[in-house]
Amino acid sequence: MFTSLSDRLAATFKNLRGKGRLSESDVNKTVRDIRMALLEADVALPVVKDFTHNIRERALGAEVSQALNPAQQIVKIVNEELIDILGQHTRPLRLAKTAPTVIMLAGLQGSGKTTLAGKLGKWFKDQGDTPLLVAADLQRPNAVTQLQVVGERAGVPVFAPEKGNVGGHDAVGPTGEGTRSYGDPVEVAEDGIQHAISKLYNVVIVDTAGRLAVDENLMQQAADIRDAIEPDEVLFVIDAMIGQAAVETAQAFQDGIDFTGVVLSKLDGDARGGAALSVAKITGRPIMFASTGEGVKDFEIFHPDRMASRILDM
Amino acid sequence: LTRGGLDDAAWEEVEDTLLAADLGIDATNELVEQLRTEVKVHGTSDEATVRGWLRTDLLRLVDPGMNRALASARVDGRPAVVLVVGVNGTGKTTTVGKLARVLVAEDKDVLLGAADTFRAAAADQLETWGARVGVPTVRSHKDGADPAAVAFDAVKAGIELEADVVLLDTAGRLHNKANLMDELGKIKRVVEKQSPIDEVLLVLDATTGQNGLRQAEVFAQVVGITGIVLTKLDGTAKGGIVVAVQRKLGVPVKLVGLGEGPDDLAPFDPEAFVDAILA
Ligand SMILES: Nc1nc2c(ncn2[C@@H]2O[C@H](COP(=O)(O)OP(=O)(O)OP(=O)(O)O)[C@@H](O)[C@H]2O)c(=O)[nH]1
Ligand SMILES: Nc1nc2c(ncn2[C@@H]2O[C@H](COP(=O)(O)OP(=O)(O)OP(=O)(O)O)[C@@H](O)[C@H]2O)c(=O)[nH]1
Ligand SMILES: [K+]
Ligand SMILES: [Mg+2]
Ligand SMILES: [Mg+2]
Repeated sequence: MFTSLSDRLAATFKNLRGKGRLSESDVNKTVRDIRMALLEADVALPVVKDFTHNIRERALGAEVSQALNPAQQIVKIVNEELIDILGQHTRPLRLAKTAPTVIMLAGLQGSGKTTLAGKLGKWFKDQGDTPLLVAADLQRPNAVTQLQVVGERAGVPVFAPEKGNVGGHDAVGPTGEGTRSYGDPVEVAEDGIQHAISKLYNVVIVDTAGRLAVDENLMQQAADIRDAIEPDEVLFVIDAMIGQAAVETAQAFQDGIDFTGVVLSKLDGDARGGAALSVAKITGRPIMFASTGEGVKDFEIFHPDRMASRILDM
Repeated sequence: LTRGGLDDAAWEEVEDTLLAADLGIDATNELVEQLRTEVKVHGTSDEATVRGWLRTDLLRLVDPGMNRALASARVDGRPAVVLVVGVNGTGKTTTVGKLARVLVAEDKDVLLGAADTFRAAAADQLETWGARVGVPTVRSHKDGADPAAVAFDAVKAGIELEADVVLLDTAGRLHNKANLMDELGKIKRVVEKQSPIDEVLLVLDATTGQNGLRQAEVFAQVVGITGIVLTKLDGTAKGGIVVAVQRKLGVPVKLVGLGEGPDDLAPFDPEAFVDAILA
């Protein structure tokens, strides 16, 4: 079903004769091909529109010749534009001038935050740092237990003064109270920083509960955590399988917690990962890491060029 | 679809609405073509009329006539066995917990089986859900225990206890990982040594884009899915990819997840689903 963009463009240019610039109608077809490829890769609609608009300009101006294979030439242009957006602001993690460096993780439910905490912890530890994981998801059943196991697997200590939601009791009381109150995540996060300072850990990674873009209360809670611990990095963890919801989600998290970087998770799957483009374009925040598996080592620096090829199915 | 008349902009709006809901290009094109034909045949440019047709066409595609009942009653003097599968983090464990709550409310005896022995604290998470809704959980306390053995034990216990339903939670796995899919196939085969499996639910996250179809195809090949649970519909995502899944595989969406609480599970309502997409 999926035909690659190159195949599609090759078909479009099958009848192209001679040298010169692409005609208006060639460009229209080209733009349609690109739009299709991007939509199939889950790039969000507003981003697709913006992107194809720019490509149209470049394609209209481009010198193409059949001898040089116009399809490949256009693919090259598209690829360059993609890499430009994906890689514009690439930068390494920001470290604190005075330890500890504080990193806060946030994102939708199930996006891969807790797993990432272990990966980051191990990564720092392997570089000779002394990281501490802080269990500030007190909401999801056994989220704290999960982080403790993750910490054990990574060989990194976990600060978990509250057990969170483990009681098996139903906290949804008749008056609606307590659905989320198994302890105060803001306090846990703050205490975690104090603990790190007193015990001389030089990196603190704060795991938080998953939350929806539309959940104003929980978004405010995340903002409160952020304000309380003043992190050096706030990493937004997003599932590479996400579709059109990427834009609203990224926008809501940017407005809510003003994240400083993005981690794309589950890139070991076969989703094309157009969300990467959506998030980079919409928020202008750098995509810093790729999460590529369930193990503590399945984690790498984000490569814009590989991501561009993946989105274009090349 | 707010503009009257059917100029290019109006058509683009129709198309955008469908694409933005993750319906995908094929289903979107099919719907738009159909609508174009209708508009041509009936020669109307009245916005409300066209909107009504689109709703009807989309609803037809979602197919309210599909059988969406869940196999959750004892059969042939044994418990119904429900296997819950899907990629990582979609909401399987939570769905098992919520589903247990629904079944308990129907006065059923439910047993949970923690056949995720891999994810950190997965069995604890399921057990907490079990305790929360008042049903026992069969689990292993050993990390990395054989998930097929745990599933087997859970079904065995369900038969001995004369339970009505056994719900088996499995580890999240990406469909492109052959070894993990083999493991899932093995869980199914081992369980089937003592009891047929009555329902295999694929849990799909509503935020999932076009990859959802691929997920469904591969899980269907390996364990023969009988229903979809569409989770996280309480967010902004519409979950339109299930239209493609139903269309391609004929597997109906049976349940939807609407939150993280025990009562946030509901039967799939085609009309509400369509209205949310067109809203
Ligand atoms: N294949 C794969 N699985 C991943 C990756 N990252 C996380 N996971 C899995 O995805 C599921 C969810 O991961 P978590 O780390 O629990 O996600 P979370 O964001 O902390 O989830 P909540 O706290 O419930 O919001 C688990 O099964 C993880 O093992 C990844 O890069 N690849
Ligand atoms: N908002 C919302 N969150 C949900 C829903 N269903 C599950 N979640 C959340 O999604 C996250 C992942 O849920 P789990 O049940 O752990 O998912 P899973 O599929 O079992 O994950 P793995 O076993 O790690 O693959 C948790 O934070 C849940 O609370 C839902 O319908 N709405
Ligand atoms: K997800
Ligand atoms: Mg977590
Ligand atoms: Mg689970």
